[in-house]
Amino acid sequence: MTIVLQQLFNALALGGVYALVALGLTLVYGVMRVPNFAHGGLYMLGAYLTYASLDRLGVGYVPALIIAALGVALLAALLERLIFYPLRDAPHVHPMIAAIGVLFFLEALISHPSVFGPDFKQIAEPLPGILNLGGVTLTWQRLLIIVASLLVMWGLNFFLKRTLTGATIEAMSQNREGARMVGINTNRVGMLTFAISGALAAVAAALVAPINAVTPAMGEVMNLKVFAIIILGGMGSVPGAIVGAFLLAFTEVFGGFYISLDFADLIGFTMLVIVLAIRPQGLFQRGT
Amino acid sequence: MLDVQDLGIRFGGLDAVKDVTASIPTGQITAIIGPNGAGKSTFFNLISGFYQPTSGSIRFAGEDITRLKTHEVVSRGIARTFQTTTIYRELSVLENAMIGHRVRTRAGLLDALLRTGRERQDVQGSRDGAIQALTRVGLAAQAHLPAGALTQEGQKRVGIAMALSSDPKLLLLDEPAAGMNPEETVNLMALIRELVAGGLTVALVEHKMSLVMGLADRIVVLHHGQKIAQGTPAQVSRDPAVIEAYLGSHAHGGQMGQTTPADLTLDKGGAHA
Amino acid sequence: MNVNGAKRGKGLSVGRVIWPALFILAALVPLFSPSGYALDIGVNIMIWAMLAYGLNVMLGFTGLLPLAHAGFFGIGAYTVGILTLKVGWSFWLAWPVAVALCALVGLLLGLVAFRTKGDAFSIFTLGVGVIIMLVINKWDALTGGNDGLNGVMPPAGLEAFSKALGLKLSSGFYLLALVSLAVTVLVVARARYSTFGLSLIAIRGGEDLARSAGINVFTHKLRAMMLSTAIAGFAGGLYAVFVGFLGAAVTGPTTTFTVLLYLLVGGLGTLAGPLVGTAIIYSLTQTLKGLEDYQYIVFGPMLVLLVMFAPHGLAGLWARLRARLSARRAAPPAQTPDQTPDQSPDQSPDQTKEVNRA
Ligand SMILES: Nc1ncnc2c1ncn2[C@@H]1O[C@H](COP(=O)(O)OP(=O)(O)OP(=O)(O)O)[C@@H](O)[C@H]1O
Ligand SMILES: [Mg+2]
Repeated sequence: MTIVLQQLFNALALGGVYALVALGLTLVYGVMRVPNFAHGGLYMLGAYLTYASLDRLGVGYVPALIIAALGVALLAALLERLIFYPLRDAPHVHPMIAAIGVLFFLEALISHPSVFGPDFKQIAEPLPGILNLGGVTLTWQRLLIIVASLLVMWGLNFFLKRTLTGATIEAMSQNREGARMVGINTNRVGMLTFAISGALAAVAAALVAPINAVTPAMGEVMNLKVFAIIILGGMGSVPGAIVGAFLLAFTEVFGGFYISLDFADLIGFTMLVIVLAIRPQGLFQRGT
Repeated sequence: MLDVQDLGIRFGGLDAVKDVTASIPTGQITAIIGPNGAGKSTFFNLISGFYQPTSGSIRFAGEDITRLKTHEVVSRGIARTFQTTTIYRELSVLENAMIGHRVRTRAGLLDALLRTGRERQDVQGSRDGAIQALTRVGLAAQAHLPAGALTQEGQKRVGIAMALSSDPKLLLLDEPAAGMNPEETVNLMALIRELVAGGLTVALVEHKMSLVMGLADRIVVLHHGQKIAQGTPAQVSRDPAVIEAYLGSHAHGGQMGQTTPADLTLDKGGAHA
Repeated sequence: MNVNGAKRGKGLSVGRVIWPALFILAALVPLFSPSGYALDIGVNIMIWAMLAYGLNVMLGFTGLLPLAHAGFFGIGAYTVGILTLKVGWSFWLAWPVAVALCALVGLLLGLVAFRTKGDAFSIFTLGVGVIIMLVINKWDALTGGNDGLNGVMPPAGLEAFSKALGLKLSSGFYLLALVSLAVTVLVVARARYSTFGLSLIAIRGGEDLARSAGINVFTHKLRAMMLSTAIAGFAGGLYAVFVGFLGAAVTGPTTTFTVLLYLLVGGLGTLAGPLVGTAIIYSLTQTLKGLEDYQYIVFGPMLVLLVMFAPHGLAGLWARLRARLSARRAAPPAQTPDQTPDQSPDQSPDQTKEVNRA
């Protein structure tokens, strides 16, 4: 029983990270109709920015997290301006291919020996130690991930529901034409959405970095997972991304636990294939 | 030829088409009219299998085609054009028409790879079918131009040729005269008459009342997705429900028509394509 | 028989002379006893070009971007590796079986993947590509897992054949690759210039429009997928015997994207594009040895710039150049648009949207 509880916490933490990364991806897809393959690259960059801030600038964990979030947000906004905005009317495979180019560029750049090098980097846990809840052990970092990701999700929800800009993003992700008709400046919203997605990915990376090693390839792996999540949840759907994230996390953690840790990734993707075979439009989208 | 019974489709909370029962008689021209957003295009999309209806049935030549896929509907003999000129602008006029003929050919990938007799036959067949369709719409001479290089009116004809080369019995035209000047409109009307004289059944959606009144044998009027009237042009233009519908839609910002029959001011709507 | 009208008739019949001439000339290369290194580069280019041709069937003709092609390449390669090493089959039997298996798996993938819409197709196939790589990587008993498969032998008789011609084995591989490439080009050309191929182009130009025109979009996409993955397996099978060692890494998404770059550079949807693009970029990579693992520092921006400024690749630039020249020759500006009709899926998304609204 305690072991199950233990796994439950692990799954919650993992799901929180997945959700933050997937939310940005799904918002960008909703607003721009771009499956941003570079998203995993932004996530990876977030981890390295955190590492660099801690290691080279010598700032604390929280400032490092903020620097990473701002830095990646800026880059994401720049990408939108320079690449995705100009490609908005191109055939839809073009922005996809461009995003792939960005992803691999970031990965190759970071792993070049004169930048960070191919070896993994480690970040010390800002809150070391273990919390013992009646036999269930939980690292403070995991608890921090769970709390922080829930807070960020709550903040994002507040932003989307309660502010005009947020409502605009939501309106656009549901109906681009409609938003344009109401006279919303869809042009700047795209850039803003990209920035938010970058910040979310960076925050997720900063949160998880002390637990996992920071490697150039971490973005590619995460990319696949969050794409699996938003396909599962229905591309563009915010609640879908959250549910999908926790679904994947639980499948991976419990599948990995009961079957084999070695196959955790495989189990996750296989679930995706099966769900899509049955519901091609994803879990949270009505078929048309 | 075509009978629909209680046909309906919902998009979310909106009944785009609701409980429509109507028929398109063989060998005639039936016009579907109605204000913008009345559900005319949706009605065509339902018949052609592009949308699956949420209620009702469609029978064509005695066969229930309600649940058929689009390509199956086309192979039964129903072809269509789109409201906005939708053709392959980057392909040649001939290729456009050949694509329309695909439904009459059987050669598949293996035939292509092995260059079977069937492949050769089908290539020849679709060329002939395409040329024939292009001749009917008067585009045979432009067969090798890229379709996008033609005028707006020419592109509309390419669309019709694409539909014709599938060798249909029933042709659905969605606003064929949109964006045409009066002279082109008259030419189009002549073309449609010719096609019908050649044995084709035509149903068309049109906002240009001159064309509708001059061409249609029968008119079906849709409003808010429902059929509010049907009959001969003379009957329909006197129908109080129809007048009411069009006047009502003006109150909601519809545009005034230009050339309209004496006692009826119908929405022109030509500008929204 | 050319189905695409007299307009392209000229181009095609020119191709009918140029392609065989090219292959015959290329077949003569071993007679000049080039270095084994040069021949190996030639074989590599031909293998990757074959994979690019496979991708071209989907992306270039059908307008869909599948991202599992390296996985199919891997299935082809590992099938040959496993059947020859562990079952003891002859390569000549294992190779066609590998191709058939790839077509079958492609069919199964298509059955699921084509039920998703639009962009989800690419993402979904990317996921499948990774699954294939993971399975290959983890199934130690069958694939050798991380250690890979070692010692896949050259095809039976290839050495004897080379000797009989007075050539080395590397020349034998070169000729085998050349014949395989010729078969691939012929197959792709026949598929493209047929009633079937024109239907694929119609799907590329707008799926909804193709559907309304009476094309059975689903089955056409399935067939295209099968052809495309079969070619990937064909290339993979050859790769297995050529390299002799198989590791899971080559079956991952990076390979797919690299081949995508080759295809984009050469020109989507064209017959020469995959070969030209692969030859140029692959040779370039050989000269940029220092970059090796970091080649995407160059390739990444290249992909971006290509789709932004030259989405039709070299073939598109060539067509534009030719159009400009012929426009200058014919005094009044010619009416033809400045790109060949064969290579512009550009307007498709707009058209599709229009259909939806219609
Ligand atoms: N795919 C769809 N999803 C949701 N709503 C739709 C869809 N297609 C049509 N509608 C809605 O159904 C209603 C009928 O639309 P339709 O295009 O059939 O009108 P129409 O009579 O052809 O109008 P027009 O004269 O402007 O062409 C409209 O309110 C439209 O917004
Ligand atoms: Mg309409």
